[in-house]
Amino acid sequence: MSILLSNISKQFGAFSALSNINLEIPEGELVALLGPSGCGKTTLLRIIAGLEQADKGRVLLSGVDKTTQNVSKRGIGFVFQHYALFRHMTVFENVAFGLRVKPRRERLDNETITKKVHALLELVQLDWLHDRYPDQLSGGQRQRIALARALAVEPSVLLLDEPFGALDASVRKDLRQWLRNLHHELNVTSIFVTHDQEEAMEVASQVVVLNHGRIEQQGTPSDIYDHPANAFVSRFIGQTNIFDMAEQDADWLQIAGLLPTQKESKIAHVRPHDIIIEKTSANQDAPATLKDWQHLGALIRLELVKNGSNANTPSVFAEMPNEQFKQLALSRGDKVALQIRQAHWFQ
Amino acid sequence: MNVIQLPVNKLVAPKPQALQDPDWVRWSLITIAISFISLFILLPLGLVIVKAFSKGIEAYWSALSEPDTLSAIKLTLITAAVTVPLNTLFGVTAAWAVTRFDFKGKSLLTTLIDLPFSVSPVISGFIFVLLFGAEGWFGDWLVQHQIKIIFTISGIVLATLFITFPFVARQLIPLMQEMGSQEEEAALSLGASGWRTFWSVTLPNIKWALLYGVLLCNARAMGEFGAVSVVSGHIRGLTNTLPLHVEVNYNEYNIVGAFASASILAALAVLTLILKTALEWQQARR
Repeated sequence: MSILLSNISKQFGAFSALSNINLEIPEGELVALLGPSGCGKTTLLRIIAGLEQADKGRVLLSGVDKTTQNVSKRGIGFVFQHYALFRHMTVFENVAFGLRVKPRRERLDNETITKKVHALLELVQLDWLHDRYPDQLSGGQRQRIALARALAVEPSVLLLDEPFGALDASVRKDLRQWLRNLHHELNVTSIFVTHDQEEAMEVASQVVVLNHGRIEQQGTPSDIYDHPANAFVSRFIGQTNIFDMAEQDADWLQIAGLLPTQKESKIAHVRPHDIIIEKTSANQDAPATLKDWQHLGALIRLELVKNGSNANTPSVFAEMPNEQFKQLALSRGDKVALQIRQAHWFQ
Repeated sequence: MNVIQLPVNKLVAPKPQALQDPDWVRWSLITIAISFISLFILLPLGLVIVKAFSKGIEAYWSALSEPDTLSAIKLTLITAAVTVPLNTLFGVTAAWAVTRFDFKGKSLLTTLIDLPFSVSPVISGFIFVLLFGAEGWFGDWLVQHQIKIIFTISGIVLATLFITFPFVARQLIPLMQEMGSQEEEAALSLGASGWRTFWSVTLPNIKWALLYGVLLCNARAMGEFGAVSVVSGHIRGLTNTLPLHVEVNYNEYNIVGAFASASILAALAVLTLILKTALEWQQARR
């Protein structure tokens, strides 16, 4: 199902949750709505679902205007952050619910329902839990059951509200990969909301970045990362060093090999891996000193202090592969030369 | 989930040493609590039983099988049978409206639901007299249509309806607010109708609180005195409920009669207590 949102606005009292959202989601994509808390992403998801009504604008699902249609008739599947499993029903009954409430004409007979439910539980690898109750399951298990339940009614679009927000870090990692695989298998258009940019970049094929009720950028993870549309996106996604020409020494940056591309751009955003570090000898005028480093597994993050600056200027963070760092054989307090490979310039 | 809090099972870990009161404090508090309960609850209950049987079992039974007593019991049962289902319906509807929708006047409705608790029962009864009595607002209209409310069973039912309507709502509203509407939203997103959602998802989740509310509503409906006293006219055999019947007997120095009827009400109280504990135990188990 393709989704088209046209000029959607929503207010809660005096608070403007969404302003003029225009969004198109082609069929079959796995889209992340990404943004900080309060940016309106959950509200947007609920408007697509029909759990909230927009004040202005239209929602079109597969070209059909469904703006005022009831949530129960939109053919969507919704997965909640806290699972919302029916606590007094077994896992089996939870998943079967959508099939049991279909109008009589469309309802399948009991045997078929049983088969379908078991097939879905097999899909999420939890068939062995079919007669348990939700409060006997772990968080990760509950979320998978919630997903199976949403898929039971064969929705045209799957909507997930911070699906992994309430889970442990390791469970979250596993489920992210699992969701991505599931999406490849089923190919249902899916939209999930998250504030975790790592999660969005890892799982989604399209990322929509929101802030204060507006869309900042929409694109593939590589687009968003390599070509951020504005300062907010650049700061929000991945790690960034921010250099303000007006405040910092333009000279310092020049030594580092950074020149502004246009006259008006004053602020440079530099990714840590775009900073190349070289050791210098002690008597040379080095731009920076290595203050500390952190071992992040495959990468090492280096914290550098700009030489010739006062105590309050923020550190510069660089990243390099583990092996490279070992070869450089740096110690804390060493002076280093650096070269900035590329930067994104903003006003 | 728990509106009623009574840790029937010892599910809680023992308190750390630092937080425990010294022995003498604990024993004093327990003694005070037990004395209080004994003096104000156990003693009177015991007294009711003793006085009821003070002239022997024969006298007890004949007091109970008197026609006036029997019609008082019948009236009490009819009143409960009408008001409890109606107030359950009202309570569920009000709780659903208040916790699942936003509308103007929501806080006014919530305040009004609590109104019968803050008004003296005698005043509640008096309101109905002012509305439906011969000199009341609707008095002339009622006379024209030959409808009698005050001094009839209708008046008693109306007054009891007013007195007992908060009970079910007050049990359900905090519970449903705490539970949130996510399960209902999930059910709707899966294609269930509003009615089906209520029946399959909401009702099973609130059933213990609902039963508890019904229990309280019933206990009050059967035991109400003040409001019913004002509207009933105390017509023996016709408009005396059991509590009223107790008063009538007592005023005529029919001690055995009064306490015999009272013993039924006491038995009702004990039964309510037993059922209440059973319900709490059920809730704690889940």
